[in-house]
Amino acid sequence: MSLNITEVRKDFPILQRETSTGVQLVYLDSTATSQKPLAVIEAMDNYYRRSNANIHRGVHTLAEEATSMYEAAREKIAKFINAPSARQVIYTRNTTESINLVAYTWARANLKSGDLVILTEMEHHSNLVPWHMLQAERGIELDFIPVTEVGLLDLDAYRSLLSRRPKLVSFTHMSNVLGTINPAAEIIRLAHEVGAITLVDGAQSVPHLNVDVQALDADFLAFSAHKMCGPTGIGALYGRLELLEKMPPFLGGGDMIKEVKLRSFRANTLPHKFEAGTPAIAEAVGFGAAVDYLSALGMDAIAAHEHEVTEYALERLEEIPGVKLFGPGAQNKGGVAAFTLEGVHPHDVAQILDKDGIAVRAGHHCAQPLHEKFGIPATSRASFYLYNTKDEVDLLVNGIYKVKEMFG
Amino acid sequence: MDDLYREVIIEHYKNPGYRGRLDPHDIQFEDSNPLCGDHIEVTLQTAEDGTVKDARFDGHGCAISQASADLLIESIIGKPVEDVKKLNKQDILDMLGIELGPVRLKCALLSLKVLKAGVYGLGEASDSLVE
Repeated sequence: MSLNITEVRKDFPILQRETSTGVQLVYLDSTATSQKPLAVIEAMDNYYRRSNANIHRGVHTLAEEATSMYEAAREKIAKFINAPSARQVIYTRNTTESINLVAYTWARANLKSGDLVILTEMEHHSNLVPWHMLQAERGIELDFIPVTEVGLLDLDAYRSLLSRRPKLVSFTHMSNVLGTINPAAEIIRLAHEVGAITLVDGAQSVPHLNVDVQALDADFLAFSAHKMCGPTGIGALYGRLELLEKMPPFLGGGDMIKEVKLRSFRANTLPHKFEAGTPAIAEAVGFGAAVDYLSALGMDAIAAHEHEVTEYALERLEEIPGVKLFGPGAQNKGGVAAFTLEGVHPHDVAQILDKDGIAVRAGHHCAQPLHEKFGIPATSRASFYLYNTKDEVDLLVNGIYKVKEMFG
Repeated sequence: MDDLYREVIIEHYKNPGYRGRLDPHDIQFEDSNPLCGDHIEVTLQTAEDGTVKDARFDGHGCAISQASADLLIESIIGKPVEDVKKLNKQDILDMLGIELGPVRLKCALLSLKVLKAGVYGLGEASDSLVE
């Protein structure tokens, strides 16, 4: 079933606002963070108005309610990614914290000096820096699956990297700059053939595609609520049960323990073992509501709509003299269009578009090495989600023509 | 808002008068704005009387950062180095003749930060130089 975009847009109160008098917001920055539907805003509001209490170990009505809302959201999220059980879904602050959790616990327990971790050249800083830090601390080795000119991963180069017997392959499912949707199942299958563990950075894929951890056979999947219509401050890490069970805890404190003595502790069972301290409860409730919202519309319908808008955007942007697009064609691409405009710095492009209410991002999008690879300091990036329309693409294109005129 | 891209800014961005590099030079410094990847290098020759004999800037970045660098370099040639040390944020804004939000302010002030770190002979360009 296809989306009724007029109705979808009504679900997002912020899309009705103007950025200045008479200038309607055109939000093309969902890759950075998505907007939130009323269902999510109301779920969180309702939680605070009616059910707010600290979770677990409380016996009063509110504590019971808050706990069950918090855990019900976990069930929904688990189902959304087809995790075998909700115990395998750990709440974190965001994708970055999920990746760091793996780097601090699994990796520190399992990797030693000289062990190889394979990443890719298109990673976000969040899937680079934790491994740089571990390299400095442990002396692990890092190598990278190269990105080809058109913005795809070089899988032949990957196969030869695998002959060096990596312990971990950690990669983005969808590039936040190129939009490339990587063949995750294939990458994982090949990694498993040589006995490597895999971590999928799903920050961009989980909001936009049907991601099924069992079909992918992923060992870890990291993602954030705020890019998928949920609130900021909460994300999740999915992990294979045997791995999570063997991993040492992450942060120490309340809730992650079964028993504490003055000089020792016993860690709690999953998933609580990795959730120290009072968590983001309202945000978890909002995360659950976001998953409900997306599921009701259907991820396949959302992906199809985005594909249509993206295909149109690429076509229209390509027409503009001086515009250079980065990344593969629409068939291998999520809703991301990163581009440069000859003679104009991306920040100037973004600033001038803002005058017409058009929100795009400019910079290196936390993927500096990728920009270096393409020999550019920065790009402008328009990104599309379920609420964007072809009309908005037209406004973007008109805006870029205005920029050209100004700098002409 | 249109004011942000006043003709003078576009003009200095497209046709800078002081882009380049002086060799030899007495003072050289460079730094980047990690947010945008803007990069500015300044090179200065000083005269015996303590004035700036000649100066150039080089680098890449947005119109605001490059135009403000050009305007800044233009303004310091012939000036006592001691006066250059006293330049501040307001001087740059006066030269540009625009108001800037916090993000773009960093673009506008990068060249001054680099210049002051150079004339003070500092190892690092700190934001406190341009407050």
